[in-house]
Amino acid sequence: MKKLKLSTVALAIAGPLAAAVVSITISSLAVLASHKSPIDAYKTMWDFGTTSGSLMQMLNTATPYYIAALAIAITFRAGLFNIGVEGQLRLGAIFGAYLGAKFILPPVLHIIAIMVIAMTIGGLWAAIAGYLKVKRGVSEVISTIMLNSLAGGLSSYLLANYFVDRTTNSNNMSTKTLPASGQFPDLMPLLNKFGVEDQPGGGVYGMLVFAIALGFVFWFVINRTRFGFELRASGSNPIAARFSGVNSKRMVFVAMALSGAVAGLAGLPAVLGETHAFNMGFRTGIGFSAIAVALLGRNNPLGMGISALLFGFLEVSSRSLELIDIAPETYVIMQGSILLSSVIAYEVVRRYKITLQSKELAKAVAE
Amino acid sequence: MKTKAVKFLRYATILVFVLAIIRQITGASDLTSVGTASAALLLSVPIVLAGLGGLFSERSGVVNIGLEGMMVMGAWAGGMIGTKHGPWLGLLAAIVFGAVGALVHAIATITFGVDHVVSGVAINIIAMGLVRYLSTLLYKAGTWQGPSQSPDVNSIGTNSLPVLSGGNYFGWKSPDLLASLAEKHWFFISDLAAILRGITGDLSYVTVLAIAMVPLSLFVLWKTAFGLRLRSAGEAPIAAESLGVNVYAMKYAGVLISGGLAGLGGGFLAIVAANHYQENQVAGRGYIGLAALLFGNYRPGGIMMGAGLFGFADALQLRDSASVHALILLIVVVLAALVVRDIRKGKIVKAALTFAFAGLSLWYFMAVKELPGQLVTMTPYIATLLIMSLASQRLRMPAADGIPYRRGGLR
Amino acid sequence: MSVAVELRHISKRFPGVIANKDVSMSVETGTVHALVGENGAGKSTVMKILYGMQRPDSGEILVNGTTVHFKNPNDAIEASIGMVHQHFMLADNFTVLENVILGSEPQHGITIDFAAARTKVVEMAAQYGLEIDPDVLVEELGVGQRQRVEILKVLYRGARILIFDEPTAVLVPQEVDDLFNALKGLRAQGMAIIFISHKLDEVLRVADDVTVIRAGSTVAEVKSKDVTARQLAELMVGSELPQPSTHGDTRRPEITLALKDVSIPTKSGSRDLISHVTFNLHAGEVVGIAGVEGNGQAELVEAIMGLRDYTGVIEFSAANINDLSVAHRRDLGIGLIPEDRQRQAMMMESPLWENRILGHQRGKPVMNGFVLDMKTIMTDTKSIMEEFDVRAPGPQTLAAALSGGNQQKFIVGREMSKAPSLLVASHPTRGVDVGAQGAIWEELRRAREKGMAIVLISADLEELIGMSDRLLVMLRGVVTAELDPAKTTPEQLGSAMTGAS
Repeated sequence: MKKLKLSTVALAIAGPLAAAVVSITISSLAVLASHKSPIDAYKTMWDFGTTSGSLMQMLNTATPYYIAALAIAITFRAGLFNIGVEGQLRLGAIFGAYLGAKFILPPVLHIIAIMVIAMTIGGLWAAIAGYLKVKRGVSEVISTIMLNSLAGGLSSYLLANYFVDRTTNSNNMSTKTLPASGQFPDLMPLLNKFGVEDQPGGGVYGMLVFAIALGFVFWFVINRTRFGFELRASGSNPIAARFSGVNSKRMVFVAMALSGAVAGLAGLPAVLGETHAFNMGFRTGIGFSAIAVALLGRNNPLGMGISALLFGFLEVSSRSLELIDIAPETYVIMQGSILLSSVIAYEVVRRYKITLQSKELAKAVAE
Repeated sequence: MKTKAVKFLRYATILVFVLAIIRQITGASDLTSVGTASAALLLSVPIVLAGLGGLFSERSGVVNIGLEGMMVMGAWAGGMIGTKHGPWLGLLAAIVFGAVGALVHAIATITFGVDHVVSGVAINIIAMGLVRYLSTLLYKAGTWQGPSQSPDVNSIGTNSLPVLSGGNYFGWKSPDLLASLAEKHWFFISDLAAILRGITGDLSYVTVLAIAMVPLSLFVLWKTAFGLRLRSAGEAPIAAESLGVNVYAMKYAGVLISGGLAGLGGGFLAIVAANHYQENQVAGRGYIGLAALLFGNYRPGGIMMGAGLFGFADALQLRDSASVHALILLIVVVLAALVVRDIRKGKIVKAALTFAFAGLSLWYFMAVKELPGQLVTMTPYIATLLIMSLASQRLRMPAADGIPYRRGGLR
Repeated sequence: MSVAVELRHISKRFPGVIANKDVSMSVETGTVHALVGENGAGKSTVMKILYGMQRPDSGEILVNGTTVHFKNPNDAIEASIGMVHQHFMLADNFTVLENVILGSEPQHGITIDFAAARTKVVEMAAQYGLEIDPDVLVEELGVGQRQRVEILKVLYRGARILIFDEPTAVLVPQEVDDLFNALKGLRAQGMAIIFISHKLDEVLRVADDVTVIRAGSTVAEVKSKDVTARQLAELMVGSELPQPSTHGDTRRPEITLALKDVSIPTKSGSRDLISHVTFNLHAGEVVGIAGVEGNGQAELVEAIMGLRDYTGVIEFSAANINDLSVAHRRDLGIGLIPEDRQRQAMMMESPLWENRILGHQRGKPVMNGFVLDMKTIMTDTKSIMEEFDVRAPGPQTLAAALSGGNQQKFIVGREMSKAPSLLVASHPTRGVDVGAQGAIWEELRRAREKGMAIVLISADLEELIGMSDRLLVMLRGVVTAELDPAKTTPEQLGSAMTGAS
C-alpha cells in the first residue's frame, strides 16, 4: 500500500517533468532557428518576468484565464467540450458593461448585479449549444465554435450600433464608463500595506481574489456534492450514469449552461478592474488560451491555477525578448509545446497507472 | 446510385426555382448571378477538401477537429512557398504542411491514445501560434511586408467548358452560350443558366482537381482493398487486426491523407481564392468542413452537397448584403415547408413553434431594409448552425470513430 | 492420422499474473479437440498464443510437425490456422462479403474483384452447408448467421486448423445442433478443430479428445468416450461445482411488481420491441425471463427501470410508477444488476469508492444532504468488499484494475447493500469464475428468503431453471409461455425459447 502511494507520487511528477523537458527542447530549437542563444532568451525572460511589475501583469493575465479554464473544466468533467468560452465571455462582458452602466446600486450589490448579468448572458449563449445537442443531436464542439464566430460579429454590431457611448468623442468605440459602485477595487492599496511599491501602469485586479474563491467553490461542488458526482459520472460513463438515475439530457444542458455562466465572468476582471467599460480593445483569445490552461491543469482547480500562472508568466516575460531581438511570439511556441507534450505525458501516465494498479492488485490477491 | 442522382437533380431544381422566385420578389439579382455561383464554387472548394480530409480520418476511426489547424498550416505554407517558388509548388507545400500537422495528431492520438478532440484542439491552438511566430520571423527578416500577410503569389491558369461557357482554345474563341442565356433575364431559365455558367466558366485548374477528389475518394474508399481496410479500422479495429490488417498503419494513412487534403484546402484559400496568405484566412472553414462531413453523413457526395450550401452562403455574404437579406426569405420558405410537413405528421405544437419562428423571420425581413455588415459576415456560421440542426441527425458514423485503439484491445 | 498442432510447455506471464504455466496439448487432424476449463483458467490466452495475438514467454508451438514462431495473426493465418471468436469480430456496417474478404481481397487491377470474391464465397458456403446472402449488411443478421460469417471468414483464408472460442455461449440449443453438424462436416473434410468451452455436456457430445486446463496449467488430456461430465468437472475445478438452486417456497402474499399490458412501440411503427407484457411478482419470489438474446429482455429491464418510454402500467408495491424517473424508482427500492457491467454499471477509471456511490447518490448512507459523506463512503465500501469477497487492495483501487468476477461481486454487493425490495438482475453471473458464481447465487437465495422479489434474466438455462420460482419465455417481445422450472429441462426451455414447441 505504501509503495503504491510512493509510486503514485513519482508518477504525478514524472508526467509534467517529461513534458517540461520536451517543451524546453522544442522552444530552444525555435530560438536557435533565429540564430540566438536559448540560454540568453530564458535568462532575459526570467530577469524581466520576476520584476514586481511583470508579476502583477502575470496575475492580471492569469485571472481571466483561470476563470475561463474553470468554465471549460465543468464541461470536460461532464464529458463535453465547451470551445465557445471565447464567445460567451465576450458577450457576458459587453452586456455586463453596457447594462451595468445603466443603473446605480450600492457598491457590492452593483458588482454582483453586473456579474449576474454577465453570467446570465454567457449561460444563455452556451445553453443554445446545450439545447442543440440535446434536442437535435448537434455536436457541441461544432456548435460552440460557430457560436464563437457569431458572438464576435454580434458584439461588434451591438457595440457599434447600440451600446456605444456617443457622449465621448474617441476613436476607440466604447460603452459608457461604469459608475464607481460598479468598479471592482484594485488590490494595489492592500499590497502597498505589505510594502509592495506602485509600478508604472501597475495594479492587480481585485477579481483575482474572486477567481481564487471560485476555484474553491469549483472543487467543492465538483468533488463533494451530489450534483458534482452526477456530472462526473456522466462524464466518465454516460450510460452507467443514466442507469444510475442521472437524467443525462438535462445534465448535458445544465453543464453547458453552467459552463457558459462561469465563462461569462471571465471577461469581467478587465472590464470591472481596469477599463471600466467594454471597448474595441477588449482582449481576444482568452477563451482559446483557457482551453490550453484547462487541459494542462487537468481540470483540477489547483493544476489550472498553476497553468494559468505559467501561461501568464510566459506571455508577460516574453515581451522582453524584443530587447535581444527575438520575436516575442516565441511564447506561443512554448505554450503550444507544453500543451501537446503534457497531454501526451498525461495519457502515458494514466495507462501506466492502470497497469501498475493491476500489478499491485495481483500481488495483493496472491498474498 | 441512379435514383440518388435523380433525387439530387430534383432537389437542386427545386432550390434554383425557389431562389428564382425570391430573386424576382426581392430584386436581389446577385442571388442567382454568374458571379455568385462562381464565388460559391470557389468558396466550396476549401470546405470540400476539408470535409474529404475529415472523411479519410474519421473513416479510419480518428476524429479530426485539427482540420482547422492543418488548413492554417497549409494556407501559410502555400503563401510562403508560393511567393518564392510559384503557385504549384506552393500547393505542394500546403499539402506537406497539412500532413505534418496531421502527423502530430496521428502520433498523439494513435500512438499515445490521447483523446481525439483534445489533441485536435491542441493542434489548432498550436498551428495558429506557429504560423504567427513564423510569419513574424519572416517579417523581421524583411522577406514579408507585414507580420500577418505574405507577398502576392502568381495565379494559376483557368479553363472553361467549350461552347457553353466561353474561353479560348488554341486561338479559337469559344461562344459563351450560358452567359448570353443568363443575360436574357428570363425567369428561372436565366437563373439556371447563370448558375451553370458560374460553376463551369473560368475555372482554376486547381478547382477542377479538387472537385475530382470527390469521385476519387469514393473510388479509393469503396472500391480498393486499401479503402476497405481503412474503413475497417474505423468500424471494427479489433476484427480488422485479427484478420491481419495493420490497424495503426491504416489510421496513420487516414490521418495523413486527411492532413494533406486539409492543407491543400488551406493552400487553395491562399493561392486560388486569394492571391496571398493572410492571418485568419481560414476563419473556421476547417470546422465547417467537419460540419459538411456530418451533413453528408460520412459520404463524399453528401460532403460536396453540404460544402456547396456553405459555399453559397459564404459567397453571398462576400458579394452582396442585399442577397443575404433576401436569404432570410429563403429561410421563411424552408420553415413554411417544415410547418406543412409537421401538420401532416400531426405534430401541432412543433408546427406552431416553427410557424412562429417563420413569422418572426418574415417580420424581420420586412422591417429591416438592409443588413448591417457585422451581421452579414456571420452568414456562413449561422447557415452552418441552421443546417446542422435542421438536417436529419440519423448519422451513421463509423462505429469505432473517436475511440482510442490499442493493439490487442487493451485500454 | 497425423498431429496438426502441438503445444509444448507453453508459459505466459502478464504483469503480475501468470496466465499460462506449462500448457501442453496435441491435436490430430480430422478430430475435434476440446479445451475445457473454468472462466479465468487461461483458455483464451492459450488460443491467443496459438493464433499469434500474443507471444509465449517460453515453450514451443508445432504446426504439422514444424516449429513456428507467430508474430501476429497473419503468421497464424499463413500456417492455415483460423479462429472463430467468441465475441464476433465483425464490422456491422460492412456486408457479409466485405467482412469475409477483408485482409485478403482478390485484386483486379487496383480495385477489389468483388465478382470473383462473391462467386468463391457462395461456392464455399454451399460446400460446407453455411448458406448466406453475401450482400446483406452484417447488422441485419441474427446470432447464428453471424457465426456462419465468422466460420466462412476462416475457411476463406484456407484454414485447416480451426479454433472455436466458446462458440455455443450465444446460441440456443437448436442453433447448437446446426453448429455441431457443421463441425462434424468440417472434421470429415480432414480439418483439425479446437473447441473451447466450459459446457461439459456439449464437449462430450462433439469432441473426440479433451484437454483440461486449471489455473493456467494442463491437468489432463483424455478421450471423451472415457470420461463423464462429472469427472471432467472435478478435473476442471479441482472440487465440486456449485449448483444453482433454491429451497422451498418463500413467496409472500404481497405483490411487489406488477406489469399490466406493457408495450414498447418503435418509432418507425414496425413490430413492438416488447408487446403486451403482463405479470405479477410477489415478494420473496424469483421470476426467470428466458429468451434468446435480443427478444425483448433488455427492453423489459429498461421499462421496469424507467430507462425507456412504454405504454401500459407498471406498479411497484401497488402504486403506479409510470411517471417516475429512474432516480425515483431506485429511491423506492428497486435495485439493478445490468447485463453489461462495464458499460452500464461501473466507472472503470474511477476508484471503487466512487463506484460505490453510483446509483445510490440520492440519499443515505453515502450522502449527507447534498454533500458526499466521505467517511461513511469509505467504511461502507470496505465493508462491501469484505462481505462480498471483492479482492482488491482498498476503496482507492480503480475499478479497471479488478477482474471481471470481482467487479461483478462488487456490483452485486452495492445493489444488495440497500436491501432493495425488488432486484432486477440481468445475467448476474455472466463471465465470473465458479467461486464467485456460487457466492452470487447464495446472496440471491438469502435475499429471496428475506422477501426480496427478483426478476432474473439469464442466458444460462441451468441458472434460470435452478434459481427461478416461475419462468416466463419471451419471443420477439411477447411472453409466449409460462413454465414451472421444477418440471422443465434445459432442452424443453430451449425449444420454447425458439418457438419450436
